[in-house]
Amino acid sequence: MSASKSRIDLAVGVFLLLAFATLMVLAISSTNGRLPVIDDNSYQVSARFSNISELRVRAPVKIGGVRVGEIADIQLDPLTFEAVVTLELRRSAGEIPGDSSAGIYTAGLLGDRYVGITPGGDPEPLADGDDMLLTQSAVVLEDLISKFIFGNADNKKSDANDSSEESTP
Amino acid sequence: MKQSVASIGNTGRFLFTIFCASRPRRDFLTDLIAQLYSVVVRSLPIIAVGGAFVGMVMTLQGYRTLSTYGATNSVGTLLGLSLYRELGPVLTALLFIGRAGSSMAAELGLMKATDQIAALSLMAIDPVAKTVVPRFWAAIIGMPLLCGFFCSFAIVAGYIEAVYLLGLDGGYFWSALQSSVDFIDDFVVAFIKCAVFGLIGALMATYTGFNAEPTIEGTSVATTQAVVNGSLLVLVFNFILSATLFK
Repeated sequence: MSASKSRIDLAVGVFLLLAFATLMVLAISSTNGRLPVIDDNSYQVSARFSNISELRVRAPVKIGGVRVGEIADIQLDPLTFEAVVTLELRRSAGEIPGDSSAGIYTAGLLGDRYVGITPGGDPEPLADGDDMLLTQSAVVLEDLISKFIFGNADNKKSDANDSSEESTP
Repeated sequence: MKQSVASIGNTGRFLFTIFCASRPRRDFLTDLIAQLYSVVVRSLPIIAVGGAFVGMVMTLQGYRTLSTYGATNSVGTLLGLSLYRELGPVLTALLFIGRAGSSMAAELGLMKATDQIAALSLMAIDPVAKTVVPRFWAAIIGMPLLCGFFCSFAIVAGYIEAVYLLGLDGGYFWSALQSSVDFIDDFVVAFIKCAVFGLIGALMATYTGFNAEPTIEGTSVATTQAVVNGSLLVLVFNFILSATLFK
């Protein structure tokens, strides 16, 4: 009796240890490991866009294609009807110049939307709670296509769109 | 109609009785370990095999569908999100109810049929505390752990299939998995769901077993009811929890 009982104890013990080890490994290796603790290493700035298209909360913020933060919040300004996007930036990304511009871009042709920051030249960096003044709204594919089809897309406008696509950070 | 409403009320009262009887007693830990062994540890093989094959079939179907759009690098996202959000908790719960819920109900039904429960009452031992409570808590503790095994087997099997059979890139697989599965919103919520499913499965199994007709037929009816009602309730509560917990 006692022999089989100690075997059961052993089996349960091994199971529990293995199970907790599995949970730890899963938690570390298969998730993004983001805990909702208040993080000192990031700060928030806001940017206003006339159109954010399919931008979602927690979409990445990138400079030069490198992720430097994420979208913390998206609200509609009830007076101007602009989208107010709060960006949460990591301090480890360095001091971003205050006159940097933010634009909404698409990863790939039909991929997810993200915010790209093009650094400016202001010696004063962006601080917590600042507003980014230079913004560029999302390119809406339908508008582009309808301009193309219905012929009121003159060469100048499509050139402007082309150059904006090329300046993707 | 009246009877089914009454049985819902009875189940709720039974749950309350279980919680009241869950006071710590001298041999509670011994009973709990014995039940963890027979209910949870011995369910491990079916969970592991089930998880591995679910992971493989998800990877295969995801690969076939996504390759139409040239997005096969997102197989990791598909596997991770579908596992943690729905398949892991639900399939673990269904397998667990089929494997362990039925045996719990049959055991308790047989105890009832052979008057063992009446004997416990005669010896002034609370039958709920002695027979039901260890099984109930073993299921609640064991379900999240089993789901952890299910998910890890599914992910590893999916990874092996994606990389060695389908020729996808292993780095893309892991980075897609890691970046899309959120720690709180997907991972922790999955295990909250599991604990709730463990409670539901154990409650249905112990309720039907403990209140079975004290005959051989009663035991078989109780076993069937434990599995059918438990599985259905898990599916219903899965919808409710998914609608409320996930953002």
